[in-house]
Amino acid sequence: MVTEKEVQHIAGLADIGIDTGELGAFTSRFNEILDYFDVLDRVQGEGPASCDLSNVMREDIVEPSLPQEEVLKNAAAQEDGFIKAPRVM
Amino acid sequence: MTGTGTQVIVGLEVHCQLDTRSKLFCGCSTDYRNDGPNTHVCPVCLGLPGSMPVLNKKAIEYAMRVAKALNCSILHESEFSRKNYFYPDLDKAYQVTQYDKPLAEGGYLEIEGDEGGEKRVRLTRIHVEEDPGRLVHMGNAERGKYSLVDYNRAGIPLIEIVSEPDMRSPKEARKFLNKLRATLEYLGVFDSEKEGSIRVDANISIVGSERVEVKNITSYKGVEKALNFEITRQKNLLRRGLKVDRETRHFVEARGITQSARSKEQEHDYRYFPEPDLRPLHVRSWVAGIVLPELPDARRERFIAQYGCSLNHARTLTGELKLANFYEKVVAADPKGLATPAATWIADTLIGELNYRDMSLDSVDTRNFTGLVRLLNEGTITDKSGVEVLRVMLDQRHTKVPCETPEEIVARLNLAKTAGDGGALLGIISEVIAENPKAVEDYRNGKNGALNFLVGQVMKKTRGRSDPGELNRMMVESLKNKEG
Amino acid sequence: MAAHEITFDPDDRYNAFLTTCKKAPHGDGKLGGIAVAVKDNISTRGIETTCGSKILKGYIPPYDAHVVGLLRQSGAAIAGKTNMDEFGMGTTTENSAFGPTLNPCDTTRVPGGSSGGSAAAVAAGMVRMALGTDTGGSIRCPAAFCGIVGLKPTYGRVSRYGLIAYANSLEQIGPMARNVSDVSLLMQVISGHDRRDTTSYTRPYTHTPSPDIKGIKIGVPQEYFGAGVDRNVAEVTKRAIFRLEELGATTVPCSIPSMEYALAAYYVTCTSEASSNLARFDGVRYGPAADTKKSWHDAYREVREANFGTEVRRRIMLGTFALSSGYYGKYYAKAQVARQNIKQDFSRIFSEVDVIAGPTMPTIAFKLGEKSDPLSMYLADILTVPANLAGIPAISLPCGKVEGMPVGLQIMGKPFEDERVIDVACAYEQAVSQ
Repeated sequence: MVTEKEVQHIAGLADIGIDTGELGAFTSRFNEILDYFDVLDRVQGEGPASCDLSNVMREDIVEPSLPQEEVLKNAAAQEDGFIKAPRVM
Repeated sequence: MTGTGTQVIVGLEVHCQLDTRSKLFCGCSTDYRNDGPNTHVCPVCLGLPGSMPVLNKKAIEYAMRVAKALNCSILHESEFSRKNYFYPDLDKAYQVTQYDKPLAEGGYLEIEGDEGGEKRVRLTRIHVEEDPGRLVHMGNAERGKYSLVDYNRAGIPLIEIVSEPDMRSPKEARKFLNKLRATLEYLGVFDSEKEGSIRVDANISIVGSERVEVKNITSYKGVEKALNFEITRQKNLLRRGLKVDRETRHFVEARGITQSARSKEQEHDYRYFPEPDLRPLHVRSWVAGIVLPELPDARRERFIAQYGCSLNHARTLTGELKLANFYEKVVAADPKGLATPAATWIADTLIGELNYRDMSLDSVDTRNFTGLVRLLNEGTITDKSGVEVLRVMLDQRHTKVPCETPEEIVARLNLAKTAGDGGALLGIISEVIAENPKAVEDYRNGKNGALNFLVGQVMKKTRGRSDPGELNRMMVESLKNKEG
Repeated sequence: MAAHEITFDPDDRYNAFLTTCKKAPHGDGKLGGIAVAVKDNISTRGIETTCGSKILKGYIPPYDAHVVGLLRQSGAAIAGKTNMDEFGMGTTTENSAFGPTLNPCDTTRVPGGSSGGSAAAVAAGMVRMALGTDTGGSIRCPAAFCGIVGLKPTYGRVSRYGLIAYANSLEQIGPMARNVSDVSLLMQVISGHDRRDTTSYTRPYTHTPSPDIKGIKIGVPQEYFGAGVDRNVAEVTKRAIFRLEELGATTVPCSIPSMEYALAAYYVTCTSEASSNLARFDGVRYGPAADTKKSWHDAYREVREANFGTEVRRRIMLGTFALSSGYYGKYYAKAQVARQNIKQDFSRIFSEVDVIAGPTMPTIAFKLGEKSDPLSMYLADILTVPANLAGIPAISLPCGKVEGMPVGLQIMGKPFEDERVIDVACAYEQAVSQ
């Protein structure tokens, strides 16, 4: 069982907004689903076997990069070739 | 204040860029430093939706070389994990790193301990991860602050080396870092001259108190500075009866201080889980096939045995790969004759002159330098003249004036020793004795400093072309003869 | 370098497409001139790719997904991008930010999801073939609800490079068409190793379907015909399996005990991976602009609240919670143990049988708006998720009707035996078309 406060904390961890209006309904749905997940508590076993594919690597060869315009094309804001982002404190 | 000692405990986490041609998970070139922003980027390192990483084998080979050289054990199965957090320079909002199954564990690095002798600093682990992009802060309070991001650096391969808290002083930390850097250079996996290629986080505590993490140290000198500041700060707190808070602080290089990073570092929950797009590594069997080159300690011992270098000179000369190679190139023509003078002149003079001019060893012409050492060794010029010639040679390189050979400089400045012209020298000695009666009297009264003064006056008149040892002997002789 | 182009301007009354390529260039080859629709979570160079979400509105990828490159090379005409549940999160296509797609068989009902647009486009005859993606049933469910054929390949047989990730360890791109032969043809084109996807195998699919299934053993799991499955759907499916017996196959009853927690293992895994995959959408490099006048965290939170739908935010939060400190062992780690058990159950059953058969979905297509409760929506995936958890191939093909709506027969096979799964489907299809 998680409380509304804990749901807000998780929203903070995920950096996702939950409107205070939605919080109540969201929390009860959330708890229904978590209750359903409790069935996993009964699971017993050794866990994943060693993967059949391993050591998948590439050679150290340079390949062409995207042209700068392509990199900047989808960005909402740019300046002198840099991509503009909100300030970090 | 019971239980608070004054012993300092330091551990380091060192991140070095591995010198591969392409990035860790894509084929973008790693040679981005001279190019414009966002010109070494592809869907993978830009983290475009739908892109997927492919691991660079060279990065793993390099990391394993380091692990073997540092006596670590390679894990049977190693894997990559995602470290999730949000920051504009982290374009996938997670860093692909290694968490609970790193490449290697254990190992050690030997350094010169504070108490003399070799000290072993143990390592916790070594792993591989990707570098994030680079953030530039812009704007001002009035027009609004914002950030500009360049993703050229995103995806550059990093090796992270974590030490146990075995160091006991900032000096030991600096030595550890220098030894580590040299080892990585010798292994051919790291270019220490690239700006920003090494970053250090330090953990420091006073015995009995909480541990403080200091981040954002980007230079070798910075490590010692940051730690010295921290120790002082922590000791001051304890002396005033206050507690040291367990926290993360940032080093501000320009001011030589650390600052609390409280606002940024709310308890981070990185929610690590194995990277589902990459396959695990089973590379323990590669270790046997790795052939290590001669490492700093071995080279140091060889310099002592093969060239008769002193321990100090050998330590200095092997402390950087380029320096060691330079030394061996200089003495190659005549090891027996040049080994000792070359060691002295490089370790005790050249390095200092280069640092003063902020010049790199690359700008020293090996042939010309060898020529200079030869002239000094043969006694053609005095040590003082030697320094003068060296400075002229370096300045010519620095200011790009066409370079002369040392012989040409000696001839032009007329610096050849006048040791053969004993007669003229005796005349100058007599002049100086006559001109400085007080100094002569001081000497007669047992003040040896006066002798140096008198010799110095002769040197002035001969513009340093006389050999001081020879001159000293002649002065003493002359003063004796003038007695009575 | 296209030699020709087709004109593609269908009457899209079902809202199957988000983008149509009115003049679609094409070449010659295996799919020369054939109009193929591509689900909108698969990157297409120069063509808007939204994943059914506002947070990618206007995003134009500078590169093609590997499979799109293969389509172009084989001469296909990319007809357009199809509607889907936002980021693949849903079973009805009602979670699209651009309106639901309607089921061509009954426009008051959903087409299934999340590849609802692709299924509707094929079912309505707008295109001959389409690419969908299947994380927990998202190809098979709409194929069943719309009465077409859809294959989820063995994990790793088709490259995921360019597929905008929802759950990396579960999803595959797969072919959808009105018959088994076209599904097989499309699978030939898109399968095979891609060096840019290190989870892909070198197991190209070159098969031509064969209807001969004499001697094949079909496992029939009791859990697929249990309490949660509609009686009529179960009945129609049983009759279809009986038809297979008439063609020379034998049925073997079996049980998959790990079905008890398969759905929970699926939702923990996919939401965990999604919470990480979707964190990159911050309005800086693509998508609706982050407000650079605000501080980083405020701007980030704002963009995501405004542009992610409720279901997406819910799953991101479930995943964040499942991976968070203190809960990783209880949820994510346990889910991987559960997965291993499910793989072992299938392995055990497949030592006795060649394929497993049952209904694809527990019901026929729901009415639009019928499933408003997320958990009951999740429960509808109960019969499709096991194949994703185990990484095995699974196909859905139409096998009858209930209340006039199509019912899907699901055939699952051993890892890398997609060919055999196709053959069983082919045998059934041929038998009923006579």
